[in-house]
Amino acid sequence: MSTAVASERPVNPVEPFLRTDRMPHIWCPGCGIGTTVNCFARALVESKQPLDKVAIVSGIGCTGRVAGYVKLDSFHTTHGRAIPFATGLKLANPGLSVVVYSGDGDLIAIGGNHFIHAARRNADIKVICVNNFIYGMTGGQVAPTTPVGATATTSPYGSYERPFNLPYLAESSGAVYVARWTAFHVRHIAHSMAEAFSKKGFCFIEIIAPCPTLYQRRNRLGDGLDTMKLYKQRSVIKNGASTRDLDVGLQGEIVVGKFVDIERPTLQQNMEQQLRQTLKDRFAGLGGA
Amino acid sequence: MLTGAHFLDGDQAACEGALAAGANFAAGYPITPSTEVVERFAARIPTVGGTFLQMEDELASSIAILGAAWGGAKAFTVTSGPGFSLMMEHLGYAAMTETPCVLVDVQRGGPSTGLPTLPGQADMMQARWGSHGDYEIIALCPNSPQECFDLMIDAFNLAERYRTPVLFMMDECVGHMTEKVVIPSAEKIEIVPRRFTSLPPGEYKPFQAGEDGVPEMVKAGDGYRIHVTGLTHDEQGYPAMNWRGQEKLLRRLVDKVRKHPPVRYEERDLEDADVVVLAYGITSRVALRALQMARAEGIRAGLHRPIIVWPFPEKRIRELAAKAKAFVVVEMNYGQIVHEVERLAGGKVPVTLVPHAGGTVHEPEVILKAIREAAQ
Repeated sequence: MSTAVASERPVNPVEPFLRTDRMPHIWCPGCGIGTTVNCFARALVESKQPLDKVAIVSGIGCTGRVAGYVKLDSFHTTHGRAIPFATGLKLANPGLSVVVYSGDGDLIAIGGNHFIHAARRNADIKVICVNNFIYGMTGGQVAPTTPVGATATTSPYGSYERPFNLPYLAESSGAVYVARWTAFHVRHIAHSMAEAFSKKGFCFIEIIAPCPTLYQRRNRLGDGLDTMKLYKQRSVIKNGASTRDLDVGLQGEIVVGKFVDIERPTLQQNMEQQLRQTLKDRFAGLGGA
Repeated sequence: MLTGAHFLDGDQAACEGALAAGANFAAGYPITPSTEVVERFAARIPTVGGTFLQMEDELASSIAILGAAWGGAKAFTVTSGPGFSLMMEHLGYAAMTETPCVLVDVQRGGPSTGLPTLPGQADMMQARWGSHGDYEIIALCPNSPQECFDLMIDAFNLAERYRTPVLFMMDECVGHMTEKVVIPSAEKIEIVPRRFTSLPPGEYKPFQAGEDGVPEMVKAGDGYRIHVTGLTHDEQGYPAMNWRGQEKLLRRLVDKVRKHPPVRYEERDLEDADVVVLAYGITSRVALRALQMARAEGIRAGLHRPIIVWPFPEKRIRELAAKAKAFVVVEMNYGQIVHEVERLAGGKVPVTLVPHAGGTVHEPEVILKAIREAAQ
């Protein structure tokens, strides 16, 4: 009897992609990170990725914990350095699809230098950045994405630094695919992730997501559900919009969409072509596994 | 592959040693006096099969090699003083995640920017303790271009055997001196292959070790879907963040080296020696001159040169302390390895330091004076 009951237990379609033995996860109620992981699992299905050949690399922070929860080869690296780790991994093992999944503080503050250089050289990695405008894991400090005027524990009277516009930064640095969604846009997120899987080169997807515990609460923006409603009201889909115009404020419009989708040879393709052209028969290959 | 006798500097020889060891991935960032290693690698590796990538900084280089190692490569990076400081976090990450790799530090005068083109040996304690937290490390110290070649192969082999990062502690003199280097044919070079598991996915636990404390490895893409983290973790690789998890993991990480320490040293004229001169790297060659002068004066003195400096050859130093009358430690810093010797000599015999701030080598006469005084 108990067996019959067990077999009727509804199975969440993303469960096979998760390390269920690691649940419950650490994320707060209303946090947007889990939503993006759900989208990621759907993208893996949609794009028919051979899961043994997908590797995920995270840095440090709340989003940095994603690597620990998905049932893939996963690497939880040091703060800010997921991208150079991923670059080495992909070059050494070119058959892998390598995804970097991390937060705004990790990728853009401490890891900002690696971000622009990986985009410049067009490393063949997919970078998913969950942007909650705040350092969550350490308790709500100001980030290089925090909108002007927003309060954080280290900007108690409101942030006064101009934040990065991430799609603009990614495009100017050389990314071949740039999209932004909010955690409300679950189908769009999954679709963008699947599109990125089908592309070669440095792909960047920003997902604006709530941190109800630290960002929303401190800035009187409501709880997780309120934030979803606000995202719905504030978001405007403008595919192909100029990335120059994508600043996000504490209030006001959030422009989302796919902004860049171009072709450019990857780091490895350029490396191979240059070496083959110069060395001819002496070129012995890049030695990947 | 290159074979036969060549006229190479230590930096170039270290590169050839890495190639002979099977290194097929290097990432680096330019810094004097180490850059020649990666310059040669960048020129050589495309004709051998492998990848070189110049990264945006040493933080990136030192973790790109770890990504490459988990991708299946034999990987290394090369740096000097300031870059070595920047790499410390990833030295700890490599120790914690048991990622085999080699980090070369061609030591120059410090601290800070110090003397970019001139020698020092003042990173020796940083090599031992530079990253935060407890760990054991393996560090080798060559004193000639020939050894830069030979020991680089050993460095890669030790990295695979122990699954630790291995440090290759050169100095500017050894890096830039040019001497004859004999490269044997490939079949005469012993290579320790990576210990890949034969267990199927499901049975394999990435951080479960056998009696030697060293787990078997897999690479990404092999279907094991492993998790690797710098957090304190269990055998499955999952975070285990409590004192029990910490005790279990740290004990193994430390014991896998401490219980089976790799030992390598060179000794000369110690059979009858009253005075043991301990020196390593370029300083050991200056010390040899001083020892010749001492012997000419009838002083019974000999040399102990640690080649694997970390773990320190504790047992041997204790043995020598029981026989000799005095130690003279010569190093191009204001006292680092001397602390190890003092600890192990344990008050049995006096230990004298012959320090040097760096920038050039010791005068043999200064060492001779210390030997004379120690012999009395």
